Amino acid sequence: MALRKHRRSLFGTIMLALVLIIFACFMALPVIYTIASSLKPPEEFFIFPPRILVQSPTLDNFKALASNLASSWVPFERYLFNSIYMSVISTVAYVIVAALAAYPLAKHQFPGKAALNSMITLALMFTAAVLSIPQYIILSVLGWIDTPLAVMAPAMASTMGVFLCVQFLETLPYSVLESARMDGAGEWRVWWSIVVPNIRPALFTMVIFQFQAAWNSTGANVIYNEALKTLPAAMTQIASAGIARAGVGSASAFILMIPPVLVFILSQANVMETMAHSGIKD
Amino acid sequence: MAIKNEHSLGRRMRKGAVSYAMLAPFMIFFILFTVLPVLAAIGLSFTNFNMLETPEFIGLQNYQRLFVGDTVFITAIKNTLIFAVICGPVSYLFAFFMAWLINEMPKQLRVLLTVIFYAPSVSGNVYFIWTYLFSGDSYGLVNGWLMQLGLIQQPVLWLTNPTYNLTIIIIVQLWLSLGVSFLSFIAGLQGIDPSQYEAGAIDGIRNRFQELWYITIPNMKSMMLFGAVMQIATIFGVGDITQNLGGGYNSVNYSTLTILNHITDYGTVRYEMGYACCIAVFLFVLIVLFKKLVFRLLKW
Repeated sequence: MALRKHRRSLFGTIMLALVLIIFACFMALPVIYTIASSLKPPEEFFIFPPRILVQSPTLDNFKALASNLASSWVPFERYLFNSIYMSVISTVAYVIVAALAAYPLAKHQFPGKAALNSMITLALMFTAAVLSIPQYIILSVLGWIDTPLAVMAPAMASTMGVFLCVQFLETLPYSVLESARMDGAGEWRVWWSIVVPNIRPALFTMVIFQFQAAWNSTGANVIYNEALKTLPAAMTQIASAGIARAGVGSASAFILMIPPVLVFILSQANVMETMAHSGIKD
Repeated sequence: MAIKNEHSLGRRMRKGAVSYAMLAPFMIFFILFTVLPVLAAIGLSFTNFNMLETPEFIGLQNYQRLFVGDTVFITAIKNTLIFAVICGPVSYLFAFFMAWLINEMPKQLRVLLTVIFYAPSVSGNVYFIWTYLFSGDSYGLVNGWLMQLGLIQQPVLWLTNPTYNLTIIIIVQLWLSLGVSFLSFIAGLQGIDPSQYEAGAIDGIRNRFQELWYITIPNMKSMMLFGAVMQIATIFGVGDITQNLGGGYNSVNYSTLTILNHITDYGTVRYEMGYACCIAVFLFVLIVLFKKLVFRLLKW
């Protein structure tokens, strides 16, 4: 390490710090503004010149959210509950299904393997947004429109988790699998007792990405029933009311941000370990 | 020979039964919600379909209408290409550059900065906060500041004025762009063997920029390809943000209409599913072509 050259000059260090601070401000400012606005009483939105930070903080916006503000007959907790249960179910189901599929895709030999793997890489670009209209047609043929399945089932088709899992699994030596097979373990047994414990960082990463996607899904165009709508959908409604509802909108944005960011902070070491294998070898 | 191959393929498939069984649960969802939608879109793009009556085959009429009759579509292509050609590369380089800078930091600071930079991209529609920042009255933060500085006299309707709104949305998109590819870059940089830099120093590499060019980038090739795929996915999936911030298919002169907004307009507002699918097929082809182009560029 001592050999690692040219120490950065003082000028270089200052420049580096400066650039990072500027960009960190650009990234953090809207977030700070969100948090500050969520604590503002209504009159602070109508002062000139406008301020970023709050002068006399209040929890009124959060109280207003807790009582029913988004719509007159659906309470806030209902949206929160919908978001939580749809995200949790689809995340757990996805991680199991994807980890199961990743094992043969990485470690087995069977006809069609190469084609499937390249399809999965290609499908990384065919996001839910791009596929939304044809997916809507499929959902309506299945009769799933306006049910929780309309949000949860399409999310299960994401290839990101499978892709990362396959990449991660490729580094697992065959000898580990072979020795388990020698002991008479079947493939399902090998999956459960060798593969799953060895790809834990990848599993955590899938949890994070899948949870983030699910948590943020608005169910726009596929959920019409107010009682089934998610928190981001409610937030869209509040935000469309403009600056008059800015305080409440910011409060709900703040609440919406917490789970995905928290989940990432808690497991960022696992994510980084997985992303080290994310490269596409072409 | 052919018969023998056939036979062995059958046998290999039977041997692979357990592999197929493990794949099956995921493949059901993948086929149902990715493969089938693509195929359905292709099929329905040759029809007139309103979700109520059975699709009526009309040949290439939708495509004819798309390329010859639909002037709004030209605007949608233009806006989408602005995202693809400007916003895409800029946010790609932004993600790489930020990852590179962060990697120079000590561990604790690196984690903190990663969280700050990554947070916007996972915060769903928290980008709504930008509507308050760029609010069209004098209570909006940007208007307030500019008026105080005397740079403008009247508040500017940032998000409805076609002169500004696309630019602002590109800025917001940049704010959102430090996502999965950013994490992949950081992890890739962490994974480079330090002895390579030592060897490079002996071989006469003089500064960090030479290091970046001769050692770091060649080592990061696979991450850069992955990052490119993620970037393409993001850029062509831009729709919610143009719709919610700039008006999308309701914007003045369609100034913030992307191809995806155009699809949503025909699919969910006008219920012209055949035509919406036709536009979707165009978008699929564009994505695949773009990926080919970008990979060719990256593999120089």
